[in-house]
Amino acid sequence: MKNPRLGGRGIFRLPSWLPNHVVRLLVVLVLLAGGLLFARASLPPEMKDRKVQQENTVAREIAHPVKYAGAQACGDCHDDKVQAKAGGYHRNLSCETCHGPAGKHVEDPLSFTPPAPRDRQFCPKCHAYNLSRPLGFPQVNPVTHNPMKACIECHEPHDPKPPTGAPGECRACHNDIQRLKDVSPHALLECTTCHEAPEEHKLTPRSVRPSKPTTREFCGTCHARGAKKDDVPKVDMTTHGAKYMCWQCHYPHMPQIGGDGEGDGEGHHE
Amino acid sequence: MNRRNFLRRFVSALGLSVSGAVVGALPARGAAEHEPAGRNYGMGIDIEKCIGCGRCMDACTTENNVPQPFFYRTWVERYVMKNDGNVIVQAINKEGEQPVDPATEHDVLRSFFVPKLCNHCEHPPCVQVCPVGATFKTGDGVVIVDDTRCIGCRYCIQACPYGARYLHPERKTADKCTFCYHRVSKGLLPACVEVCPTQARVFGDLNSTASPLTRLKRMFKIHVLKDHLNTEPKVLYANLDGEVR
Repeated sequence: MKNPRLGGRGIFRLPSWLPNHVVRLLVVLVLLAGGLLFARASLPPEMKDRKVQQENTVAREIAHPVKYAGAQACGDCHDDKVQAKAGGYHRNLSCETCHGPAGKHVEDPLSFTPPAPRDRQFCPKCHAYNLSRPLGFPQVNPVTHNPMKACIECHEPHDPKPPTGAPGECRACHNDIQRLKDVSPHALLECTTCHEAPEEHKLTPRSVRPSKPTTREFCGTCHARGAKKDDVPKVDMTTHGAKYMCWQCHYPHMPQIGGDGEGDGEGHHE
Repeated sequence: MNRRNFLRRFVSALGLSVSGAVVGALPARGAAEHEPAGRNYGMGIDIEKCIGCGRCMDACTTENNVPQPFFYRTWVERYVMKNDGNVIVQAINKEGEQPVDPATEHDVLRSFFVPKLCNHCEHPPCVQVCPVGATFKTGDGVVIVDDTRCIGCRYCIQACPYGARYLHPERKTADKCTFCYHRVSKGLLPACVEVCPTQARVFGDLNSTASPLTRLKRMFKIHVLKDHLNTEPKVLYANLDGEVR
């Protein structure tokens, strides 16, 4: 069938056998497709191209500010600290693990200085005892380990040393006793006044034990009548609780407690 | 103008616009200049070295402005396995403290810490379910979220078998670990790796033969979390206990 309206000439000539309604449908479809293509062409690429969207997202991620500068940047200026750290147990510790994010300090060293943790709060984050921590990792009980003392008073944080073989003083292990003694009249006595502690006790504390006084006369060297020591309570050793050893009534590390009247009430600050 | 002329001109105009569209669709450059070619980032975690100090969680929240409290891109779980076979799993807080429960501290068979984060899976379920294509894998294997396209539907949060995603409470979009993409692209380590005091975390390129990560792979038997899901995680665990999921 000849189409009298859309027959046309040149490239737009439609086959003459196409029915009229198909031609109209084609026109509609072409318009629709054209409209869609036009809309797509006019959209900016970041609204339609996933590759561009993803590249932009990556670019936005990369543009985030860096707050932790990295140990490399710290070492560029503070090579003395890097040297100090180099041989110690903290050699692999990044500076910013303890000092916090230092990105601002790298940008402008004067306007911001990263803080240094100097109190007892920070070190236990790693070194407090926790049964889940790996075996051999140095841990202390922060409640009993030299209470009130800042960690850095004994341990140099840039080159911390483990205890060298044996503890230096009795307090390192017997702090509970020492704390009692500290507030007792015996505060100024050395532990070795009453206990003989062989050097091996520090290395094998349970197999080599320090001595304890065994006789009443030992206490009597200070507390008997006529003893040379001044300003101490004196008793008559022959009558004062003669059936007992001194430490059955008086706890030597806290001697002001005890002597609850079972004895003869004599002595005690005459 | 008769109808014939109109149609002719219209069709030729259409042809022009089509060719214009084709030209417009030719390579459109994004802003990114970072070259991810050939890299495949991954992280290694040695359970034996983790001391549960929480420095990684602290550094991550600081570096990435993770909204506090409640939300973490990386976190550390404490496993306490009792003699009777019970296992107690608690997340530690970022100060390295555990909830105080003296009952867990007795009759302990074995105990350890497990740091966790997004596994940046080779076949990420989160990417698969995102209805708007807002989350995707970059050329170097890092799964990130386009927060301008995320509609906050939470499908990805549900789909992630590792619980690594959260809905950012202010932006209302999905948020997650990016392996500190902004640091890694500048040659720095991710913040959690940077501050880890015991090198329990190592970071590197899985394709490289000389990265610390490759050394970890060579030295230890490696496990990944939920291997049976075939997500092919790129966070590799050394000394991982079978109890950990």
